[in-house]
Amino acid sequence: MAMQQSQIMDAPQSRVRRSRFPKLHIDWALFIALLLLAGVGLFVLYSAGDKSMELVSRQGMRVLIAFLVMIAIAQFSPYSIQFWSPMLFGLGLLLLFAVLLMGEIGKGAQRWLDLGFVTFQPSEIMKLAVPMMLAWYLADAPLPPSKGRLTIAALALIIPTLMVAKQPDLGTSLLIASSGVFVLILAGLSWRFMGTVLILIAASTPVVWNYLLHDYQRQRVLTFINPGIDPLGAGYHINQSTIAIGSGGLYGKGWLNGTQSHLDFLPERSTDFVFAVFSEEFGFLGILILLSLYAFIITRGLIIAMQAQSTFGRLIAGSITLTFFVYVFVNIGMVSGILPVVGVPLPLVSYGGTSIVTLMAGFGILMSIQTHRKLMAN
Amino acid sequence: MSKQGNKSAYTFRLVVVITGVVASALVLLWRGVDLHVFNKDFLQNQGDARYLRVLPVAAHRGMVRDRQGEPLAISTPVDSVWVQPEDFIDAHDQWTHLASILGMKVSHLQQLVLPRKDKEFVYIKRHIAPDLAKKVMALNIPGVSLQREYHRYYPTGEVTAHVLGFTNVDDIGQEGIELAYNDWLQGTSGSQRVLKDRLGRVVKHIELLSEPNPGQDLLLSIDRRLQYLTYRELKRAVLKHKARSGSAVVLDAKSGEVLAMVNQPSYNPNNRGQLRSSAYRNRAVTDVFEPGSTVKPLTVAAALASGKYKEKTLINTTPGTFRVGRHTIRDIRNYGMISVSKVLQKSSNIGASKMALALSEDRLWNGYSKVGFGESTGSGFPGEASGVFTRSRNWREIERATLAYGYGLSVTPLQLARAYTVFATDGRLLPVSFQKTDEVVTGEQVIKTSISKSVRGMLETVIEKEGTGSKAAVPGYRVAGKTGTMKKASAGGYSDDRYISVFAGMVPASDPRLVMVVMVNEPSSDVYYGGEVAAPVFSKVMAGALRLMDIPPDNIDEQKIHMAVLNNMGVRP
Repeated sequence: MAMQQSQIMDAPQSRVRRSRFPKLHIDWALFIALLLLAGVGLFVLYSAGDKSMELVSRQGMRVLIAFLVMIAIAQFSPYSIQFWSPMLFGLGLLLLFAVLLMGEIGKGAQRWLDLGFVTFQPSEIMKLAVPMMLAWYLADAPLPPSKGRLTIAALALIIPTLMVAKQPDLGTSLLIASSGVFVLILAGLSWRFMGTVLILIAASTPVVWNYLLHDYQRQRVLTFINPGIDPLGAGYHINQSTIAIGSGGLYGKGWLNGTQSHLDFLPERSTDFVFAVFSEEFGFLGILILLSLYAFIITRGLIIAMQAQSTFGRLIAGSITLTFFVYVFVNIGMVSGILPVVGVPLPLVSYGGTSIVTLMAGFGILMSIQTHRKLMAN
Repeated sequence: MSKQGNKSAYTFRLVVVITGVVASALVLLWRGVDLHVFNKDFLQNQGDARYLRVLPVAAHRGMVRDRQGEPLAISTPVDSVWVQPEDFIDAHDQWTHLASILGMKVSHLQQLVLPRKDKEFVYIKRHIAPDLAKKVMALNIPGVSLQREYHRYYPTGEVTAHVLGFTNVDDIGQEGIELAYNDWLQGTSGSQRVLKDRLGRVVKHIELLSEPNPGQDLLLSIDRRLQYLTYRELKRAVLKHKARSGSAVVLDAKSGEVLAMVNQPSYNPNNRGQLRSSAYRNRAVTDVFEPGSTVKPLTVAAALASGKYKEKTLINTTPGTFRVGRHTIRDIRNYGMISVSKVLQKSSNIGASKMALALSEDRLWNGYSKVGFGESTGSGFPGEASGVFTRSRNWREIERATLAYGYGLSVTPLQLARAYTVFATDGRLLPVSFQKTDEVVTGEQVIKTSISKSVRGMLETVIEKEGTGSKAAVPGYRVAGKTGTMKKASAGGYSDDRYISVFAGMVPASDPRLVMVVMVNEPSSDVYYGGEVAAPVFSKVMAGALRLMDIPPDNIDEQKIHMAVLNNMGVRP
């Protein structure tokens, strides 16, 4: 039986060896799609950033670093990734504490940690560390998990989420929470339990509204429900961005020709609202192409998740891919006015450093899972 | 086996989640369709409303030129600074820079902007030089923009101030020719669509919606050289005699065109900062005075037309006083028995009165009204006065008698000059015009040619040595004219120390080309006779004008020329 298997696996193995980079673990389909997306991002950034080559090259450097990180991670086997998960989670938790402490001292919002040579957001680590930790923990015992294990897993999810939410960074905590929740769902959370939680969440809404949300967050939700309340203040972002998107029409106004964005009406146009610039200039067709690119990446991620050979791999790959979808959905949803404004970037297109590295690290894990598949069978 | 079940459970769960994903994706897609397709027009309009603006494009105001085409009023491009208060108030930390560049106080800026918070357009400073405007824009203050406008410049300044008038800051005529011909000069402003950014700055010119229609140029009848000359001489006389004011009008005796029209005191139309509006009046057209002895030629013309008088008819003016009812009319001295011609030459009030009283009321009335007294000259000049010339139902003798020497009616200097065209044209009253005309102007025959010629001949004797207007003489030319010295009307009668000095005349008398009226109001030095104050101005201006217009002399004494030539050559005869 074992012999038979190894004979079957031999043929593709030798084919990989004959390729140009025999030892490089890369999922080329994913790689090319991500490269295209990053290209589109730089292209739009040039327009959104008022033709600043400096901005584009800075972002280009980040993209390059992020791709290198992805490729590097892809070279590790899923086993070692699984092995390091608790350590990464612990480190992330530690850093979050540090940030909160410094925030106390600095009397204000604190998300960044200054390590002297580089500043970064520890919450970004948690975007990966939380699902990794949960997947690591849940994969350790047969699924579906027992109630006790579920409680522990839930704590490992809720604590970092709340710490990030307290920073306050609603967008990131939302992403962390959903990445963890995806692991739980995929691990076999009972449907009845999920229903109960949903009802509980709905019931606790007034409490959250009154005690947990910051004023500006409440304002955002109110504005989302009715952007007309304060068109020049809180509703300004949404009004401007829906106008930008809608005025693009079918074919768009053309690259560098967006009026809403270039005349300064559109806020945050190179970061969170870059989608508005994109749709104003490339129109509905552009959006279709962009969404297809995202859909391809997500589909590929889900295929990898389904083909994964270990429980950990299935859980983490599913979570990463679905969280990626949440990025896209929340960002486009908020820019087009169907979701409240939360600080979630459009993956690989928005200008920004840490988030792109985290994202690509996630894809590195996906590639590792996919490309180490056959070896594991041995 | 359990692992296998694990995996299929996982797949099932993944499928459930994917269903959720696809559903959410469809929501996004639907939103995209919603915004791009169904709300496109609304949102595009909303977008346009945010950055598209229609702004006026100022039209270039037509130039005013003199009859030779020399510019008298020119529009130069300037910039005006305006702000959008909302953005501008947000940038109040930069106000001090702006204020210092524009030479304003910050408090003034506040006064301008703060009460107009809810407006969209507030002027901060109008008409600044383009390079100053560049500096303002270099500050890059949110809400600050420029508007191209035109500023009117008058190269001849105070010399033409009253005739031309001026425009206001919006380049709309307010006085004078600028007002009278505003529609002709102004043109219509166009409109343009522009792109504005969030701070209200014009980023891009998109399209011209309607072309600004530049105003047309206006060719005036004024001759800049004559205008200068007239202005200089009138000003000199007004200063010399410490007069309150003065006016002078020069008409083309063939066409009735106004060649020069000046007033004293004048003002600088390019800098009218602290001026009172009374200074803007073109007194030669808007102010009336009693013409006094200058109307005696009309009395004489009426007398000649009646057939009761001839040039040589003698009139007894002894003893220098003449009682009409309870009133006494006086001459300066007793002239005794004098001819009609002498009445003009010596300006005898008694002679003129006796002639007037010998005429029928209608004849006297017609003699004055048919030269345009009591009615506008039709020049079209804004604020033109018609003068006062009325006839009560029972016209008293004394009224008719004083009318003969120019009291009891009032005229403008322009009206008087026009009346004199009757004697310059062999009896035709010419229309007056401020616009250059190339047509042959015939005018209306109001007195017989022979009478006109005869009166002109008598008016020539006024300039002779023994006449009152000898100082109006122009060497080499025959001059016909009449002096006038009027007591100014004051409360309860006529003043004894306030006078108006007038001279009205024409050259060359053989075939008049120019008619001129000089009026000096209240000369305050000892000399106040029209022959002393106004006549010299006439002489100097006409001498220059005849030379400038290249009009051949009609009074050359061969002997004198010979002597003058020898004299010039340094040869003593």
